[in-house]
Amino acid sequence: MPTTDTTTVTVRIPTPLRSATDGQSTVEVDANTVDDALRTLTDRYPDLADNLYNENDDLRQFVNIYVGDEDVRFGDGPETALEPNDEISIVPSIAGGCFHRWRVNA
Amino acid sequence: METTESLLDAIRQHGADAYPEEGCGFLLGTVTDDGTNRVTTLHRAANRHAENRQRRYALTADDYRDADAAAQDQELDVVGVYHSHPDHPARPSETDLEEAPFPGYTYVIVAVHDGTPEALTAWILAPDRSEFHRDEIDLHAPETA
Repeated sequence: MPTTDTTTVTVRIPTPLRSATDGQSTVEVDANTVDDALRTLTDRYPDLADNLYNENDDLRQFVNIYVGDEDVRFGDGPETALEPNDEISIVPSIAGGCFHRWRVNA
Repeated sequence: METTESLLDAIRQHGADAYPEEGCGFLLGTVTDDGTNRVTTLHRAANRHAENRQRRYALTADDYRDADAAAQDQELDVVGVYHSHPDHPARPSETDLEEAPFPGYTYVIVAVHDGTPEALTAWILAPDRSEFHRDEIDLHAPETA
């Protein structure tokens, strides 16, 4: 349930996603938790949603969310509570390589 | 992408240094008004993949944050990543496609055969993440210091 007592935080946007935020590298949102902040962000900039969330509406596996220097995955996850002036960072982890998975038809 | 031959040589060298494992790192630079990634600096990183580093690479979120901090110190941004394909072609694999992060980054791949770097290519992930498109490499003369 929405509350009137929300916190203003800053979200840092990685370079390739700034085309979805009118070129802004940081966006201020009012939110009480990390999940609130990201949902508010994607409501305001809908083109971000597909980049952050998969078809099950979960954060994509390579998307890591930090509050300050802390990876929220090692804390309370999306329910991490926010303090005024917290900085949220959207941080990709990257993998790949020339390895091919061989697909076997069952 | 726009860059210089000397930076491409540095990517080739990293591929050779890492052989027979995959070498990887970040491309730092700026985005031009027309959306082209202009790469001006490399940020080498360690291949963090836990196993099979001859065929796989990984850059962690902390690696990204280190690269991002280095970029900010130079008033630049992270605009892409590079990695090598030891004894494989310089083309994105199915694994590269499945595990790629955001469209908009430039992905550079250098093939390394028997320790010698060969073809080097650049790619952009399609907005719907379905495939990589070849990205032209526009070479500029290096800026004089």
